[in-house]
Amino acid sequence: MNFLEKMMNIDRRWIYLLVGICVLVPLIRPVGLPTSITPYTRALFDYVDKIPADGPAVLISFDFDPSTSPELQPMAQSILRHCFAKDINVMCLGLMPTYIGMIDIALSNVKDEYGAVSGEDFVFLPYVPGVTAVMLSMGESIKNTFIRDYYGVLIDSLPMMQHIRNYDDIAIVVSISGSAMPQSWAVLVGTTYHVRVGVGTTAVSAAEYYSWLQTGQFVGMLGGLKGAAEYENLIESKGYTIEGFRKVATKGMDAQSFVHILMIVLIIIGNIAFFSLRKRSRQI
Amino acid sequence: MKRQFPLAIAFICGIGMIIQFFIPHPVSQRTYQEVLQWQIIVGIFMAIIAIRSLFVVHIDKIKRKKEGWGYSFITLFAVLFTAFVGIRIGIGEDSLFNDLYAYIIVPMQSTMFSLLAFYMASAAYRAFKARTAQATLLLVVALIVMFGRVPIGEKVAPWLPAFIEWILMYPNMAAQRGILLGVGLGMIATSLKIILGIERGYLGGG
Repeated sequence: MNFLEKMMNIDRRWIYLLVGICVLVPLIRPVGLPTSITPYTRALFDYVDKIPADGPAVLISFDFDPSTSPELQPMAQSILRHCFAKDINVMCLGLMPTYIGMIDIALSNVKDEYGAVSGEDFVFLPYVPGVTAVMLSMGESIKNTFIRDYYGVLIDSLPMMQHIRNYDDIAIVVSISGSAMPQSWAVLVGTTYHVRVGVGTTAVSAAEYYSWLQTGQFVGMLGGLKGAAEYENLIESKGYTIEGFRKVATKGMDAQSFVHILMIVLIIIGNIAFFSLRKRSRQI
Repeated sequence: MKRQFPLAIAFICGIGMIIQFFIPHPVSQRTYQEVLQWQIIVGIFMAIIAIRSLFVVHIDKIKRKKEGWGYSFITLFAVLFTAFVGIRIGIGEDSLFNDLYAYIIVPMQSTMFSLLAFYMASAAYRAFKARTAQATLLLVVALIVMFGRVPIGEKVAPWLPAFIEWILMYPNMAAQRGILLGVGLGMIATSLKIILGIERGYLGGG
């Protein structure tokens, strides 16, 4: 068996080992390569940045569970940091039971950095079954849809909710999702209640949303870990972060760079081996 | 009657909500709000049915000692234990319920999804071959996008990010929009078939 045949029949465990090394080494010793800002990340950042303090709220819909959290949780936390730094009121919503835990983790990581208080700076909405019915019902009345917040306090009694009735008092809905949920937000809520919608999504789903961006149905988009890293850089450059801010997504981009390069090299080697062996078999 | 009654409900509700959408009268708006509340209540009953179904399937597996019945036992124990913790001990920050989520569900789901990177690398090496003209085009575009979407690619070729944006904004968007239009028309056709009683799959019974 020559080299090319060996390459074609390489044990997959060698590939797993290489991927493992490419992920671990940059996470342990970060390279710190710079990430350029895409126009859709900047569009979403600029929109949120222009919302006045204690004016209309930002509704962050945590439409993801732990499976996609390494890509999506840094986005959610960066947007929370942006809003808390600018005193923008935030509402956090989870439309599935497993999404609620992601809100709890994000708020635990961020709120103390800015001294954000439940009911004054943010409202953590509880799980209510119905998904699309909940989205539409909030357009009629948020207080009638939820009654109490996640901590069991009456929504009506929260200071922040005194001026928020429905989508008329929400500046933007940001759907952070690894599923098709942002489309439901755009179609059902964006179209019916004329509220702007932004999206944060996994890299694999980002390609789907370009037609929605072109029509203006989405204000902007954070695409994958790169989008999260871009938003981290934007809030840091504007001074919205505290000292010692840990840029989780930016660190992850180094690992992603090395794994992408590894995959490109593997695909090229695989193709060279495939065509060389095919040529040789034809000659025989 | 068993089939006609649900078909009549679907027809009346479907047509009723279409008509309601075009009538901006207070009575119509109140009806709409009421229907939304009903939908949330129906959602709660759906959760009850889902839990019942989960128990029926797994209890049957345990009773018959089917292959992997031990996993069914663990599933039922996990459901009951989590429900007990949530209802009896309570939810909220620093609760056992949140710890179950943060230290069991989060690592398990993240691990399952992370394994994809290893399988994808192995699968790409074995299957991603330029066998035809279409496969070659796909391969070349995929390599360009993979290289240009990470900082190292931007460093090597600063023009790549703009080129990738062009690929995503024009050829990709044209294809995506065609798919979206097809899906949209399909949804309208299926909805009409359900309202008119032509599509009866949702009634069950084959």
